[in-house]
Amino acid sequence: MSNIPVDLKFVKTHEWTRLNDDGSVTVGISDNAQEQLGDMVFVELPEVGQELTADEACAVVESVKAASDVYAPISGEVVEVNEGLADSPETVNQDAYGKGWIFRMQPSNAVELDGLMEPEAYETFLATEAH
Amino acid sequence: MLIFEQSRQGRRAQAQAPALADESADIPDNLLRTEPPKMPEVSEMQAVRHYTRLSQKNFSIDTQFYPLGSCTMKYNPRACNSLAMLPGFLARHPYAPEAMGQGFLACMYELQEMLKEVTGMPAVSLTPAAGAQGEFTGVAMIRAYHDARGDTGRSEILVPDAAHGTNPATATMCGYKVREIPTDRQGDVDLAALREVVGSGTAGIMLTNPSTLGVFERRIEEIAAVIHEAGGLLYYDGANLNAILGKVRPGDMGFDVIHMNLHKTFSTPHGGGGPGAGPVGVSERLEPFLPLPIVGYDGDEYYWITEEVRPQSIGRLSAFMGNAGVLMRAYIYARMLGHEGMHRVANFATLNANYLMARLAQAGFDLAFPERRATHEFIVTLKRQQKELGITAMDFAKRLLDYNMHAPTTYFPLLVPECLLIEPTETESKEDLDAFVDAMVQIQKEAETSPELLKEAPHTQPVRRLDEVRAAKQLDLVWSGTVA
Repeated sequence: MSNIPVDLKFVKTHEWTRLNDDGSVTVGISDNAQEQLGDMVFVELPEVGQELTADEACAVVESVKAASDVYAPISGEVVEVNEGLADSPETVNQDAYGKGWIFRMQPSNAVELDGLMEPEAYETFLATEAH
Repeated sequence: MLIFEQSRQGRRAQAQAPALADESADIPDNLLRTEPPKMPEVSEMQAVRHYTRLSQKNFSIDTQFYPLGSCTMKYNPRACNSLAMLPGFLARHPYAPEAMGQGFLACMYELQEMLKEVTGMPAVSLTPAAGAQGEFTGVAMIRAYHDARGDTGRSEILVPDAAHGTNPATATMCGYKVREIPTDRQGDVDLAALREVVGSGTAGIMLTNPSTLGVFERRIEEIAAVIHEAGGLLYYDGANLNAILGKVRPGDMGFDVIHMNLHKTFSTPHGGGGPGAGPVGVSERLEPFLPLPIVGYDGDEYYWITEEVRPQSIGRLSAFMGNAGVLMRAYIYARMLGHEGMHRVANFATLNANYLMARLAQAGFDLAFPERRATHEFIVTLKRQQKELGITAMDFAKRLLDYNMHAPTTYFPLLVPECLLIEPTETESKEDLDAFVDAMVQIQKEAETSPELLKEAPHTQPVRRLDEVRAAKQLDLVWSGTVA
């Protein structure tokens, strides 16, 4: 699990965020999450313009094992979604931290990012998770 | 080979032709077909062979150990089927006057009474046509109850993450916002987390007890008190009723509404997607909202209870009485078991599960909740095997097929990684349970010495490992050729 890019921040529900130069934030699910879920068959994307509150379920990733909600790590407006996932949901498996991003949002309160986990803290969290 | 591909023009199976074909003589000409339907043309023997071969390729509870358990469908005693098919039941017309259907109405009334008794709920309606409709009905009644009191600010349904997976879907379908409640390390609802979110916006909570983790929710009375104090109602998902049948009753635990899956607990058929039956039971305050029809009894005659006496009913869910034939089977099953037999179902369902759990633990398998007693099912986690040997729960499941046993539920509940959810039910013998343990032990050895046997399993079935991604993404069930 040492392959986590250092510029990411995580939440306990296994989403990652990346702060872009323009102040927007890209969101995806962690490599650990995609591995647990297995082969993706469908990704339901949020809508551009949708206002999200932190912790709100806003997308769905469906694998051969399960359908799982994706939660907004922070509050803000969806400004772009990864349309390519509609045809190629497996991109999430292949490149969770890169081409497998799910949506991009404009934070309404960027300070919320400070409350998220650094990669090291997320790794520790994974190691100690209940099951 | 598909039956369509066996078709040859003009080949006939006279025995299958409708015997009463001339009864359709009064259908106007303009409504009659001008061309025969595009059906395969085969002889009777071809049809028999085709479907017999298909049935032989199938894994089923009639042929193999089937640890999906009541989660999918219990063993259906043959008597239930043959008695439900008595001509008087089978040929009954749903519009027949009450006076001509007293036998059927009496059976339905008694079934209502028996389900009331076994669940501890004061009132029951049999009409929901499946578990999903039963759930929908239950939550629709919760909404109707709050609305009738002018209490319209309640927009949330709480659902523990160990609840049955359909619960959040049902709440959403009924227009509620779902809030998930986490589970603690022992498999119980996290009460502190529950107290944090419960409030004036809480319409109710949907709980499965025993939960999908295979353990009994021990603080259910406390949970009921928390929800009721906030003005919410408790919904019981009957998915796991088999474990507690005749032992402890949802009504006594404080639940306001329950749905029962008759195929899970009362041995009715369920294969191929139904038809099902999902009766609902309610506490007194929800009784006015029950869906119709319900069968009443005035001490002399049985009759249909209608909207006239139940103006607050949420209405009707189907044209008639739900799936009446399935309800008949459940009635016969319950009558054959009797009061004593209901207890024995729960006794043996839990005994078999606990025996299997203890033996698998002795054999070295890891339990998800080693400190808890199993209900009618329990969870083995193969996380260690996955980490150390790269062997997954799916590999074990596929290899079990080669040992001529159906796999248990895999990868559910989602809270436990690499899990097998094992439910033997009350009808398996000790010898069959032992054989399953032997197979698991053997497969564990194979995982250590020749893992490719598991990775490539199944080896002995009509088809090899299926491409699940392709099956999910490119599902193709329509035959698009032409009849020869």
